[in-house]
Amino acid sequence: MNFDFSDDQKLLQQTARDYLTEQAPLSVCREILEGDQPFKKELWAGAAEMGWLGTVIPEEYGGAGFGHLELAMIAEELGRSLAPIPFGSSVYCASEALIKAGTDEQKKKYLPQLANGERIGTFALTEKPGQNDVESITAKVAGGQLSGTKMPVADGDVADFAVVAAVGDKGLSLYLVDLDQSGVRRTALQALDPSRSIARLDFDNAEATLLGEEGQGAALASNLLDRAAVLMAFEQLGAAQACFEATREFTLGRYAFGRPVASFQAIKHRLADMWCELEMARSNAYYGAWALSGEEPELPMAACIARIQATEALDLISLEMIQMHGGVGYTWEYDCHLFYRRAKALGAALGSLAAWKDKLVDRI
Amino acid sequence: MDFNDTPEEAAFRAEARSWLDANADLKKAGDAAADVLGERATPEIVKQAQAWQKKKADGGWACLTWPKEYGGRGVTPIQNVIWNQEESRYNTPPNIFGIGLGMCGPTILTHGNEEQKKRWIPEMMTGQKIWCQLFSEPSAGSDLAGLRSTAVRDGDDWIVNGQKIWTTGAHFCEWGILVVRSDPNAAKHAGLTYFVVDMNSPGVEIRPITQINGGQGFNEVFFTDVRIPDSQRLDAVGNGWQVALTTLMNERASIGGGSGADFGELINLAKSVEINGRPALEDSAVRQQIARFYTRSKGVAMTGNRTLSALSQGKTPGPESSLGKLVGAKNAQDMAAFAMELQGAAGMTLDPNETPAQGEWQGRYLGIPGLRIAGGTDEILRNIISERVLGLPPESRADKGIAFKDIPTGPPSR
Repeated sequence: MNFDFSDDQKLLQQTARDYLTEQAPLSVCREILEGDQPFKKELWAGAAEMGWLGTVIPEEYGGAGFGHLELAMIAEELGRSLAPIPFGSSVYCASEALIKAGTDEQKKKYLPQLANGERIGTFALTEKPGQNDVESITAKVAGGQLSGTKMPVADGDVADFAVVAAVGDKGLSLYLVDLDQSGVRRTALQALDPSRSIARLDFDNAEATLLGEEGQGAALASNLLDRAAVLMAFEQLGAAQACFEATREFTLGRYAFGRPVASFQAIKHRLADMWCELEMARSNAYYGAWALSGEEPELPMAACIARIQATEALDLISLEMIQMHGGVGYTWEYDCHLFYRRAKALGAALGSLAAWKDKLVDRI
Repeated sequence: MDFNDTPEEAAFRAEARSWLDANADLKKAGDAAADVLGERATPEIVKQAQAWQKKKADGGWACLTWPKEYGGRGVTPIQNVIWNQEESRYNTPPNIFGIGLGMCGPTILTHGNEEQKKRWIPEMMTGQKIWCQLFSEPSAGSDLAGLRSTAVRDGDDWIVNGQKIWTTGAHFCEWGILVVRSDPNAAKHAGLTYFVVDMNSPGVEIRPITQINGGQGFNEVFFTDVRIPDSQRLDAVGNGWQVALTTLMNERASIGGGSGADFGELINLAKSVEINGRPALEDSAVRQQIARFYTRSKGVAMTGNRTLSALSQGKTPGPESSLGKLVGAKNAQDMAAFAMELQGAAGMTLDPNETPAQGEWQGRYLGIPGLRIAGGTDEILRNIISERVLGLPPESRADKGIAFKDIPTGPPSR
């Protein structure tokens, strides 16, 4: 039994942590949250330089040719630092889609620039509020022209292209759509977590190229969501870990009634429960990483349990962080709300908790 | 990252399996489930269990982690886990030796003198003599060091008086490990001494306790002027707490997580009962709950796999393994309650002929509260995690730095 990351993978993680501690303290997240920039461009360039964007992109397409275990380690660290960059959209979604379903020509066109950060990609699936499955998608492609609306699209305002799920002649399919064309109107939306940007995309006869087999969009989208969910679970895990450590630290340093707040069982027992949720999130995320890296038949189930536990852990810990900080936790000045917002942004990005739970029951 | 054995582990597993194949039958569906509290230990079952233990000892498969000179095999902790995994696939008698071999034996091996080891270990290992643990008292459960049974020196003997409780299997045990207060004027933890007691000694009275599920796995044990020779004292007078900690650490190692939740059963139940004319499994609220139970159950299992990986790498798992029982027992309780909820009004039946799954869920519902208390309550486990894993400050205490006899106490509970 060797249900753990290797020393090399842990070293890669440490390198990422060192870099991000230096380059992306929470003040960087706050700078994006409070400012006009959609993401931190210097950090994006840095992530490209570190080789993170192309971690799993094969070397022949300009990537590092590592596996998903390595990418998971980087994702955890990006989560820990609440990195304000479109990493998830471009790496977990767009790059995965191209690696999995792209033709050689499409890979040549997109992957090298995804790896070096010159292009940003995203995944446009959702069209309206609600827990909607792919059956409800109404965006249409006819004669290679896409029409319809996608909302919300993570990083849709800054992405160069999107993988779009739309109904073609043979049913639901995935398409590659460059977003800098006249048939595309992008509207940046106010975000619950302004350190990550989102947009509404309206397509009016935009040029779209088929990605993967026509009519196989539902299965492809489902697989893509599973892959992204595992990687996102590591980002959620990293955020939850940082959130937990900061909360522990605060309750140890804060005194009330002549004692550290962390000495009261009302706090200790909740911290113990939070730690259990966090450790289970780690364990389930590891299982997801194992399933993803080996393309195991367990991936659909493993992705669900990784996603569900990571989402629940981060939700719990981020709201307890505010509660345990007391009044200051509710201020703009303290960092608690950065985690509270990011928890919901990550938790909603690939579909709601309820939707993943529903899927899981079919996959048990 | 993988779930595979190392070549050495695989070889050990194959060796274990080949011995088991030659000496036992694989479990079939319908075989009795594990009986963790020893509730079905009739005299006949005790004999079967002893015969199986003897067979293992003769084959060199008993007490694997113990040193070879005491009849063990001197294997690594991970090899011991592999043996347990393999043995659990076979239909063997209930393990009534868990307390003796899992807790008493390791304590004697750590704190006993040579003569004591030679006297007790061989018969314990072969299952000829069964052991129990006499720690908890009516007024000392989670606060074990608050125990009040006394031992007073009398020549070469000690005279013991008092009451122990929650003693699993006392009614079929020959020997027990006992912690008592030898000095009420010393501070709480300093006044304790640890003994081995012959359960057939005059003055020992055993009364079974009936649990809420009707089972009788535990006992009350009363001591009235029981004589224990000083040669049966483990370690120094006043050192009982240190010895007890050795026992308790081994208890946690042997109780471990795993609630044995069977999702096939829960899914089948949700398919077979209806909500408004449709299978409950199609109901959204039902699906949300099942997914939650499953995710948490996997979370416990996968955390266990991380612990096994650490063992496999030669590391010693610490207090973080409290997670398995803390989360697992509550999750199992919630699942049982939910399964009864799915049955509607039939949830209040226990009649095997009229109740889904022959009342198995109801039975579990009545049994599980014990799991959340035995071997460290949920609350104690949270203290352990918060203090020993997370490094949070210990409780502020009213019993520190004063003689035991001066510690404030409430009236007896019963």
